[in-house]
Amino acid sequence: MGEMLSVKNINVFYGSIHAIRDVSFHVDDGEIVTLIGANGAGKTTTMHAISGLLKLQSGEITYCGEIISKMEAHKIIRLGLSQVPEGRRVFSGLTVQQNLMLGAYTRRDGKEAIQNDFDMVYELLPRLKERRGQLAGTLSGGEQQMLAIGRALMCKPKMLLLDEPSMGLSPLLVKEIFKIIRDVNRNGVTVLLVEQNAKMALEIANRAYVLETGTIKMEGDAHELANNIEVRKAYLGC
Amino acid sequence: MQFLSYLISGISLGSVYALIALGYTMVYGIAKMLNFAHGDIIMIGSYVIFFAFGSFGWNPLVAVLFSMVICTILGVLIERVAYRPLREAPSLAVLITAIGVSYLLQQVAQLLWTSNAKSFTSVVGLQKITLFDGQLIISGETIVTILVCIVIMVFLTLFVNHTVPGHAMLAVSEDRGAAQLMGVNVNATISLTFAIGSALAAVAGALLCSTYPSLSPTTGAMPGIKAFVAAVFGGIGSIPGAFIGGILLGIIENLSKAYISTQLSDAIVFAVLIVVLLVKPTGLLGKKVNVKV
Ligand SMILES: Nc1ncnc2c1ncn2[C@@H]1O[C@H](COP(=O)(O)OP(=O)(O)OP(=O)(O)O)[C@@H](O)[C@H]1O
Ligand SMILES: [Mg+2]
Repeated sequence: MGEMLSVKNINVFYGSIHAIRDVSFHVDDGEIVTLIGANGAGKTTTMHAISGLLKLQSGEITYCGEIISKMEAHKIIRLGLSQVPEGRRVFSGLTVQQNLMLGAYTRRDGKEAIQNDFDMVYELLPRLKERRGQLAGTLSGGEQQMLAIGRALMCKPKMLLLDEPSMGLSPLLVKEIFKIIRDVNRNGVTVLLVEQNAKMALEIANRAYVLETGTIKMEGDAHELANNIEVRKAYLGC
Repeated sequence: MQFLSYLISGISLGSVYALIALGYTMVYGIAKMLNFAHGDIIMIGSYVIFFAFGSFGWNPLVAVLFSMVICTILGVLIERVAYRPLREAPSLAVLITAIGVSYLLQQVAQLLWTSNAKSFTSVVGLQKITLFDGQLIISGETIVTILVCIVIMVFLTLFVNHTVPGHAMLAVSEDRGAAQLMGVNVNATISLTFAIGSALAAVAGALLCSTYPSLSPTTGAMPGIKAFVAAVFGGIGSIPGAFIGGILLGIIENLSKAYISTQLSDAIVFAVLIVVLLVKPTGLLGKKVNVKV
């Protein structure tokens, strides 16, 4: 179990706004690590920086031993680092099937292998199969979230970044989504999960980091953090 | 019968507008910018054909293909040099740059080939056809223009809607960041869009100058603006919108020339645009942006 993703002292700015300050954390092979924090803490910014959608001011991000912080976004995914972005961002004008196909955009390992992954995704997310010909824009919020997850899995990722996958979903669906995340992880995909739903996130994670106004405030074993008084007060509401 | 004749030549003119409008609309949809130099690509392409076919006597089809290649290179080069450095800049800066590129192309053409109009030899070899005992005459140019436009429209629609690179284009147009997360190279997609738009501009130039055989450095300007209007009319960003907008604009323009007034025809075209936009601000086929959270 080696280090898969390592973020070292990164700083990210939006113009003059210093959104991420000297953030460091790491994710080991096979883990589920969660990054929790309030609105505006900088969770999405961190995710975008990892995927290459935002440039770093300073610091370094390595993935599987390779420095990715200077790489373009469309090359980073080719290394098997895939993201389910905040707000789903499915392509509303394309069908479910076409969205999934775009998820496999980078793959060059043949029709058969891709078909196998279609089957895998449809098995994991059976609701998508019934709706394969439907335009993504006409799906419900929960279905769109499943599509976003399925789409991110179609590139055969080694690591999956999920940005608030439970946002706006009913409690039942939240449970389902978390179950899916756990299944994906059991199939060998390392997970970095950003959540405001700290309770659920801490339940499935191995380790956790608490982000507050752009800096890491706490880190540790997920169960320990779930029992920590400060965390309970600030993020679990008890 | 006369009406039919005006209608058909209107459709033909509209087909040219549609081909140009496709370039506007695709670039707008994918790069989110108005490439006001698009009309001038048409002019450059027409000069290429003028020399290749008119002066050097090349086969007309080869001349048109050569012009498509030149325009493609020019379009991609302009994007690379003038627009790409402004990818993160405010849209006003990009717009002004595009207008600057437009003037640059016109001035260079004037330096190279003077501002005197050249008379363009039609690249269409097809004979006119006469119907209803000579009451309806359709020129070869008209027929070829309409057919070429239909064929291009069909292929482009198939490409965009039924191929993975086409879907990648749609993805970039809808959400650039999400497309990048799929591994789509946004810069390459934008280059491809400029390449397609510019190649179509070369075709449009060949057809336009074959029907209206006078070529000068400002030849592309007015059709460029009309095609822009057509793109907005049909719903900017929409490929079928550009097609329908172009054809309707050509018909409206030709019928107003025939039945109302030649001088007023352009005014009527723009008045129709204003009315359409008042009723439906996104244009005929324009989509409202739906955001689901
Ligand atoms: N495009 C932007 N331009 C300027 N400031 C931004 C931009 N995006 C985010 N910010 C700022 O950066 C900070 C971190 O934002 P970020 O979206 O990363 O927070 P978050 O932790 O994901 O919040 P949420 O839970 O609401 O999604 C916030 O203060 C936000 O206002
Ligand atoms: Mg966020």
